[in-house]
Parts: sequence; structure tokens; C-alpha cells
Amino acid sequence: MKCSEFLHELTDYLDGVIDANTKAELDEHLAWCHNCYVVCDTTKKTIEIYRDSKLYELPEDLETKLRTAIASRCKSHKKTGPEGSAR
Amino acid sequence: MGAIQPKVSEPISDEMALVGRAKGGDVGAFEELVRRYDRNVFRIAQHITQNREDAEDVVQDAFLKAYNNLAQFQGQSKFYTWLVRIAVNEALMKLRRRRPERTVSLDEEVKTEDDSVPREVADWSPNPEQQYTQAELRDILDRTIHGLPATFRTVFVLRDVEGLSTEETAEALDLSVPAVKSRLLRARLQLRERLNKYFKRERSNGSQSKPSSGDGTR
Repeated sequence: MKCSEFLHELTDYLDGVIDANTKAELDEHLAWCHNCYVVCDTTKKTIEIYRDSKLYELPEDLETKLRTAIASRCKSHKKTGPEGSAR
Repeated sequence: MGAIQPKVSEPISDEMALVGRAKGGDVGAFEELVRRYDRNVFRIAQHITQNREDAEDVVQDAFLKAYNNLAQFQGQSKFYTWLVRIAVNEALMKLRRRRPERTVSLDEEVKTEDDSVPREVADWSPNPEQQYTQAELRDILDRTIHGLPATFRTVFVLRDVEGLSTEETAEALDLSVPAVKSRLLRARLQLRERLNKYFKRERSNGSQSKPSSGDGTR
């Protein structure tokens, strides 16, 4: 297996949605190819860091403000009700 | 090397009942759906628009649009996937309005073939994020993801940050499954490459560069 072939399968490999034979081939490639091992490992860390990050958490005061605004806008549209269920 | 553990999704058993009540005009039921998903929608909107005020507008507009079009939601997909689809479209519209000079489309095939070929292969420290304060880390992650084309950013956020499945992401973005997979791979590899400079192990002498036929990262 070439490194380019490994990279092609990387997403499915990381997501664990790969058949057993292909996985075995990829594992074997990883066992001797240090570069692909590092790329795989750091890509996995990249995903985990973003997933665990508190990037763009909605602050509580803003959440309250948005919920109030949404509720009031929905209520003002309620006269007709959601489209299709009106009348 | 083990696969990434999927995100545990919230129970949705009562969701269709809530949607049903909201369809009947029960604003309270709809408010419960808002409470369930407003943080996710905000995060997605912020990632796409990269602008807090725009993201606030997107959250409001997306929920209002969902409310007004509930009758069209037939329940073939999860309510959340349907909502995300609306929110992504609203966010992309904002982005287009703000940057009319640049066409923003999720369909665009983003240039060169080499933009995802790893150019720098360097080991990272075991817990690289711990080298930085929360604020520093957030700044790094924000700036790094900001540099990705909107199409890659959006796929990465839905799939890897919000934990939608590949199929749900495809549905929410109106893309094919192979298109989602190819964008996801490129997004992941580009983010990894860009994070190298912050997270690589300083004392490493084993770092190597692979040749590249050009700078395809922009």
C-alpha cells in the first residue's frame, strides 16, 4: 500500500467505518510507515481538540436573549400558525 | 490506532411528539426544541459566518423559518438534520451578502489536488492543547478553522464538531456522500497541517517535509 492510498482511506479509518480486510492493510501500513502514523495520529488529535473545544459556546445571557426573541417572533406569527396548519 | 469515538447523541424519542405539538401551533413545544438545539445552531452559524452578530441573526431566522415551515417537515429525517439544513442556508446567505465579491457555494470543487497532501509531518506533544491557556487555544482554533474555505469548514463542523453522521451531513448540505467524505478528508488534513506550527513537539528531530507541487492550502 502506498502512502497516497493510505491517505485516501484515512477518513473512513478514523471513523471506524471500514471493512476488516482494508483495516488490516491500513494497520500494517501504519506499523512501518512513520509518516503516515504521525499524520493519522495528529489528524485524530485535530478532530478531538476541535470536538472538545468550547469554541463558540453560546453565553447564557445571549442564549436567553435569543430564546426570548425567537419565542416572541414565533408568537407574532402564530396568528396564522405554522404554514399549512393555518385556518 | 483506534477510531474516533462517536459523539453520544441526545435522546430523540419524544422529539416527534414535540414537533407534532408545535405543528399544531403549540409555541411552548417549539420553544422546547429551541432550547434543545439553539447552542448547536449558534455554533454552526458562528463557524460558517465567522461573525457573532450574523450568527445571532442566523439563529433567530433559522428557528423562525423552521417554525413557519413545520408543515413541510414530514419526519423522513431527524428534526435536527432538517433544522441544520435551514440554518446552513441562512448562514451561507449571510456570508454571500457580506462577501459578495466571493461566491460561496457548498458545491464548489475547491481547486488543486495537492492542498491536502501533508507537507510537514511532525509529531505533536501528547496533550498539545495543554500548552496553551483556554483563551489562547480558542484563538488558535478559531484562526485556524477560519482559514478553510466555507465548504470545508461547514462539512468539518457538522461532521466532527456537531457529530452528525456522514449521511446526515450530506442531507443537511444537499451533497452526495462521496462529496462529504472528500471534503471532510481535506478539511481534516488542512486543519492538521495548519495546527502543526502550534502543537508540534519542539525538540523533535524526526520531522520531515514531504515535497509538494505547490501551495494548495489557500
